Amino acid sequence: MTDAASDHLPHTDSPHTVSGPIGHNEPRARARRTVAGKGRYVDDIVLPRMLHVAFLRSPHAHAAILSIDAAEAREAPGIVAVVTGKDMATQCTPYAGSHQLFKRLKAPDQYPLAVDRVLWQGEPVVAVVATSRALAEDAAELVDVDYDILPAVTSFERGTPPAVQLHDDIPDNIALVEQLGTATVGEDFPGADQVFEAQFRFGRITGTTLEPRGIIADYEPREGALTVHCSHQCPHQQQDIFARHLGLPEHKVRVLCPDVGGAFGLKQQLYGDEFAVCALSIMLGRPVKFIADRLESMVSDNHARDHAATARIAVKSDGTIVGMEVDDIFGIGPYSQYPRSSVGEGNHVLRITGAPYRLDDYRARLTMVYQNKSMIGHYRSVGHPVACAITEGLVDLAADGLGLDPADIRRRNFVRSSDCPRVSPGGIDMPDMSLETCFDAVVAAMDLPALRAEQAEMRKKGVYRGIGIAAFVELTASGPEYYGPGGNRITSQEGCHLKLEPSGVVRCWISVTDQGQGTDTGIGQVVASHLGVAMADVRVFSGDSETTPYGGGAWASRGIAIGGEAALRAATALKANILELAAVVLQADAGTLDIVGGRVVDRDTGTERMPLSDVARIGYFRQDTLPPGVQPELSVVRHYVTPRGRKFMATNGVHAAHVEVDTQTGIVRCLGHWVAHDAGVVVNPSLVEEQIRGGVVQGIGSALFEELRYDDDGQMLSGSLADYLVPMASEMPEITVLHVEGTGVEEELGAKGVGEAGVAGSPAAIMNAVNDAIAGAGLGQRIHTLPLSPERILGALGKVPGEL
Amino acid sequence: MSDRSYSVSMTVNGEVVNANVSARTNLVDFLRQDLELTGSHVGCEHGVCGACTVRVDGRIMRGCLLLAVQADGQSVETIEGMAGDPLMTSLQDVFVEENALQCGFCTPAMLLTAHEFISRVVETGAYRPDRDAIRDTISGNYCRCTGYQSIVQAVERVLIQYETAPTKAPNGAPNPGSDR
Repeated sequence: MTDAASDHLPHTDSPHTVSGPIGHNEPRARARRTVAGKGRYVDDIVLPRMLHVAFLRSPHAHAAILSIDAAEAREAPGIVAVVTGKDMATQCTPYAGSHQLFKRLKAPDQYPLAVDRVLWQGEPVVAVVATSRALAEDAAELVDVDYDILPAVTSFERGTPPAVQLHDDIPDNIALVEQLGTATVGEDFPGADQVFEAQFRFGRITGTTLEPRGIIADYEPREGALTVHCSHQCPHQQQDIFARHLGLPEHKVRVLCPDVGGAFGLKQQLYGDEFAVCALSIMLGRPVKFIADRLESMVSDNHARDHAATARIAVKSDGTIVGMEVDDIFGIGPYSQYPRSSVGEGNHVLRITGAPYRLDDYRARLTMVYQNKSMIGHYRSVGHPVACAITEGLVDLAADGLGLDPADIRRRNFVRSSDCPRVSPGGIDMPDMSLETCFDAVVAAMDLPALRAEQAEMRKKGVYRGIGIAAFVELTASGPEYYGPGGNRITSQEGCHLKLEPSGVVRCWISVTDQGQGTDTGIGQVVASHLGVAMADVRVFSGDSETTPYGGGAWASRGIAIGGEAALRAATALKANILELAAVVLQADAGTLDIVGGRVVDRDTGTERMPLSDVARIGYFRQDTLPPGVQPELSVVRHYVTPRGRKFMATNGVHAAHVEVDTQTGIVRCLGHWVAHDAGVVVNPSLVEEQIRGGVVQGIGSALFEELRYDDDGQMLSGSLADYLVPMASEMPEITVLHVEGTGVEEELGAKGVGEAGVAGSPAAIMNAVNDAIAGAGLGQRIHTLPLSPERILGALGKVPGEL
Repeated sequence: MSDRSYSVSMTVNGEVVNANVSARTNLVDFLRQDLELTGSHVGCEHGVCGACTVRVDGRIMRGCLLLAVQADGQSVETIEGMAGDPLMTSLQDVFVEENALQCGFCTPAMLLTAHEFISRVVETGAYRPDRDAIRDTISGNYCRCTGYQSIVQAVERVLIQYETAPTKAPNGAPNPGSDR
C-alpha cells in the first residue's frame, strides 16, 4: 500500500511468530476476476426452465386479510402459479426467533407469507410465479386483496397501554425486559459528586448491500434434492433451516453462496420471501429465482438500530468515572428474527455500554418492543455503535460539565492493560486491553494539539470545527456459549479441508465465507505460511454447504480469528502427514525434515530433499514402492471452536473525527477520520484497512445521513435511494488506519476479529465532533439523536423548531 | 402493461446485434438477460447507485435509465468489451493492487467511470493532482464496502501514470481480449 497510514504499533511483545505470506498485502484472486466483470452473483446464474417470482407485498402496516382474489392473475400471460400465504403454510413448518438464554423472550411463530394478517408495510402476501419477472409483476397487479386496515404500532414508548395488540399472549407488545447491574436503573450512585443524564435516539437504518438479496431454488423431484444458490453469509445454517422446515433430508439440501455483493449481517437470517422460493420450487418441480428490487429491499431487508435510551454517568469532581447507567428501549419490528432472534443488538447495548472505562457501578435495562415496521436484524457491529455513542456521549457530557478536556478524562479512566484480565460489569471478558496504546496512536496521528489550535483560530473567523473522540470495546469471534445454550442451530466452529494434489499444489475448502472481505485470501495466506508453500500454489474454495467443512460462515468477525485457526491446524496436520510420507521415502526421521517453498528440506540445513510434487506422486501413484502398512493421507480436515467459557474474543480501538459544521445550513463536512484498532496479528494489512475504512463510512452514514423514516400509520417515507441517503465518495474524508497489535489471544495464529471496528466507534466520534463544533463553541445544545441531519443540527442551533 | 416488441440494431462490444426487445426492457436488462453480459450490475433501478453504468457511443450512461430501444443504432460497451483496452487494463491491475474493491458488485461500473474520467483528463490535459476531483467524479457510484479511499488511491495512481506517460493513448486501442 502506498498509503502512509498503515504503521504497526506493538502494544506488547507479540508471542506469535509468523512467517510466509502472513502479514503481506497479498492480492485477491477473486478481485482479479471481478474487475473483469466476471463476478458470479446470484442474478448472473440462469438455469434451464427457470421461473421467476414477484411478491405482492402489503401496502399497509397492519391489516387483516379478508380475502384474496387471484383468478384474473392466474389467467395472465406467462403465469405458472399464484400462491397465497395459506397455500404456502401447508408446505412448511413455522419458525420463531426465540433464544433460550433469554427465557422471557416472547417470540411468535412466523410463516413465509402473511396468513390472515399483515404486520408491516412490505410483508410478502402473495407469490406470483411466471416465465419472466416482468410478467410476474404484471400479474401481481391483478391480484385483489381485501384488507381490513387496523391501527399501527409505530412508536415504542413505555408506560402507555398500547391501543392495539400485535400478537396473541403479548398484551403490552413487549418482547423482553432484561436487566443487569449493581443496582436498579434510576437509583443513586454512591460516591459520585455529579451525575449527568442525556436522552439518546438512534434511527432505523439498513445495510443497503449494493447487490440486493437474491435466491434461486432448484428442486429435483426425481432425486428429492434441493439445490439453492443464495446471496447469503451462512450456507450451512440455511441448509439446516431448509431441510428441517421443508421436511427434506439434510444430505439432499445444498446451499451455494457464490460471489456475494455485500452482506453486512443483512444476509445472515432467514427471509420469508427467500424461504417461499424454496417451497415454490418444490411445489412446481422447477428452478425458481427471486431477486429483490431496491424498492422492496428497503421494506423487506432487515433493518437495524431503532433505540431510544436514557443514560446517566456518575463522576467525581476530579473526573473519575464511578458509574454508568443505560435504560434502552429497542423497537424490533413485528417479529423476532429467525434463526438468531432479535436480542443480539439489545444484548450488546446492555453489555458493552461503559466497557472501555474502569467503572464498577453499572446498571442497564433493555426493553424490546414489537412494532408494525420492518423486522430488525443484525447489521454490522450489532449494538456496538449504540453502546459506544451512549458511552462516549456521556463521557463528553461529563467532561463538559466538569470543565475537563475530553482527551484527559478518557485517558484517566480507560481500562488499562494492567487492569486485565478483567470482567467488565456488563460481563465482557477482557484478557487484555490496549485502549491507551490505541488512544495515544490516534492522538499522535491526528496531531490533536495542532488541530485544537486550528479549531480555536477558525472559530474566530466564524468557522466551526469540532473534534470527537470515541473508544470502543469490540466483541469478535463469538464462541459456542451464545447460540448453543440459546437453542439456535448455529455452529460456532469453523473448518478447513486441505488436499495435496498429485502435482504438489494444494486445494483448500473452508467453511467461512467471503462477501468481499478477502477471507479466502487471508485463509490462503495462513495455509501457505504454515504449510510452507507459495500463495500461488493454494486455491481456496468457500460458500458451498455440500463440499466445505461444516461451519458458521460469516458472522461476528470470525473469518480469520476462528477460520484462520482451523486453517492453521489443517496446514500443520497436512504438513505432518507429508513429512511422515517423505520420511519413509527418504528413510529419514520426519522430525529432521521441514517444508519450505514447496520442497521438503532438511530442517537444520535447509538443503532440499525432494519437492512436494514428488511426495504427492509417490503418495498417489506409487504406493507399490512404499513399505506394507504405510497409508498416505494427503488430505486432512480440521475444525476449531474457541475455548469453552470464553464467549467471544474482546478487542478494542479508538476513533477520532474532525468535522466542520455549516451553521447556516446545518450540513456537516467530514475533514478527517482516524482509527487505531487492535486486531492482534494482522494477516493482510490491506484487507484489514479497507474493512475498517468501509466500516467507518457505514458508521458515518448512520451518523449523518441514513434514516428509514415512518409516518404514524407505519408507511415508510424513505423507501428509495433518493430518500435514504448513503454516503458517496465526495462526502467522505480520508481515513487513517493504525494497527495496534495487542495480546490476550489464546490461539496460535493470534488474530482477532476486525469487521465491527470501523462501524463501532465512528458514529460516536462524529456525534461528539459535531457537538464539539456547536455546543463546544457555545452556539447551541448538544444533540444525541442520530442521524445528525441538517434539520436536527439547525434545531440544536435554535434556528428551526423541532425536537432533538 | 404493454409488452410490444421492437426491432433494434446496435453494436455491442464491437459486434452488431439485431434483436427484438420489449418496449419496457431497459438497456442493462437487455445486456444481462438477452446478451448474457453479466458484468454490468443492477443495484437500484432508479438511477442512483450507478452499478449499471455502461458506455453508449463512448460516454458513460446509466443502463437502468435507458431503454434498450433508445440504444438502437448506437454503440454500447460493457466491462467485458473493455478487455484489452490499455487504460482499462491499468485500472484493473491497480484496483487489485490497492484492494480497491471488496464484494466487486460496484467495480465494473466504477472502472468505467474512472476510465472516462482519466480519458477526459488526459485528452484535455487539465488535471492537477486533486483527490477531491476524483471523489467528485466517482460520486455517482455507490460502494458499500471499501470506504472509497482505496478507489481514489487507485484512480489517482493510474492518472499519474498516464500524466507522466502522455504518449500512451488511453483510448482507441484494439480490444483483443473482448468477450464478444
